[in-house]
Amino acid sequence: MEGNIAQMGQFIGAGLAAIGSGAAAIGVGHVAGNFLAGALRNPSAAAAQTATLFIGIAFAEALGIFSFLVALLLMFAV
Amino acid sequence: MADQSANKGSGGIAKIAFFAVLAVVLVSGLIFAPEHAGLAIHPMDQFELTPLFGGEHVGTFTVTNQTLWMGLAIVGIILLLVVGTSGGKEVPTRSQSVAELAYGFVYKMVEDVAGKDAVKYFPGIMTLFMFIVFANFLGLIPMSFTPTSHIAVTAVLAMIVFVFVTVLGFVKNGAGFLGLFWVSSAPLPLRPILAVIELISYFVRPVSHSIRLAGNVMAGHAVIKVFAGFAAALGLFGFFPILAISAVYALEVLVAFIQAYVFTILTCVYLKDALHPSH
Repeated sequence: MEGNIAQMGQFIGAGLAAIGSGAAAIGVGHVAGNFLAGALRNPSAAAAQTATLFIGIAFAEALGIFSFLVALLLMFAV
Repeated sequence: MADQSANKGSGGIAKIAFFAVLAVVLVSGLIFAPEHAGLAIHPMDQFELTPLFGGEHVGTFTVTNQTLWMGLAIVGIILLLVVGTSGGKEVPTRSQSVAELAYGFVYKMVEDVAGKDAVKYFPGIMTLFMFIVFANFLGLIPMSFTPTSHIAVTAVLAMIVFVFVTVLGFVKNGAGFLGLFWVSSAPLPLRPILAVIELISYFVRPVSHSIRLAGNVMAGHAVIKVFAGFAAALGLFGFFPILAISAVYALEVLVAFIQAYVFTILTCVYLKDALHPSH
């Protein structure tokens, strides 16, 4: 309660950045769900595409990790 | 009939053992619960570097717990891949079949994702995969240290891949490697704009490559520590956070493998881009 508004802003900013992680979760779920939908239509082709699945998940997740990085920077580096 | 009763018997023993463990956990939680524990959780303390041989200062060549656990990962790899496969039997032993499984897994990944002509670079990719897998799994042992939770470590791994792939691309294709940024399938006026975007995304690669691994590992370990703090603070009711810790730990075992897999498969994708840069 020392009127440390800068620190308050840091915490609020870190919390807002965490929204990005939730958005990445939606993206990853979208990739995995669509993969499953496609795999159930044609199960014989599914095994060959697991690598593509993981690459897609990794790319979707990368942007969520950037927001995680922003949160970490706000918490510990600013 | 006899089998059934035996099954029932062992099930009963398992049940009794489960409840005994539960009781011990609850009672010890009651006894050892700190009076004013509050919620003093320090989830990031586990990532602290501590010099092994005294002193506080961490310099470039200081031997820290980081060095120790990276060394242990190397020792583990040697035990599995060199000692475990010695003899080379027709019918593999347990360790030999695990080593063969890992070898075949990475080999197939390189062949499928990066192409037949990338098999030349298989040893490097295998080394990368084994190191990350061992570092991740050794880090899951309680009270141990995870080298891959530090961005400093993963950034070096990612930079090795980035520099190697870029140099390889220019050596193999010369100026043709720049075709990676020139999307020839797009309409002509759009291509310069796309080239800028492609260029940015190319240079962001090592950043996302390294932070993905370090971030996932670090976040998982921090979550376990946060729940452990809850368990310590709740005393008798600490049983529920402990259940949650078990679930998160199981997830972390999965994440430890998947992140190593993703790191390796992205390396293969970048390698493929370097060998065949045309869009």
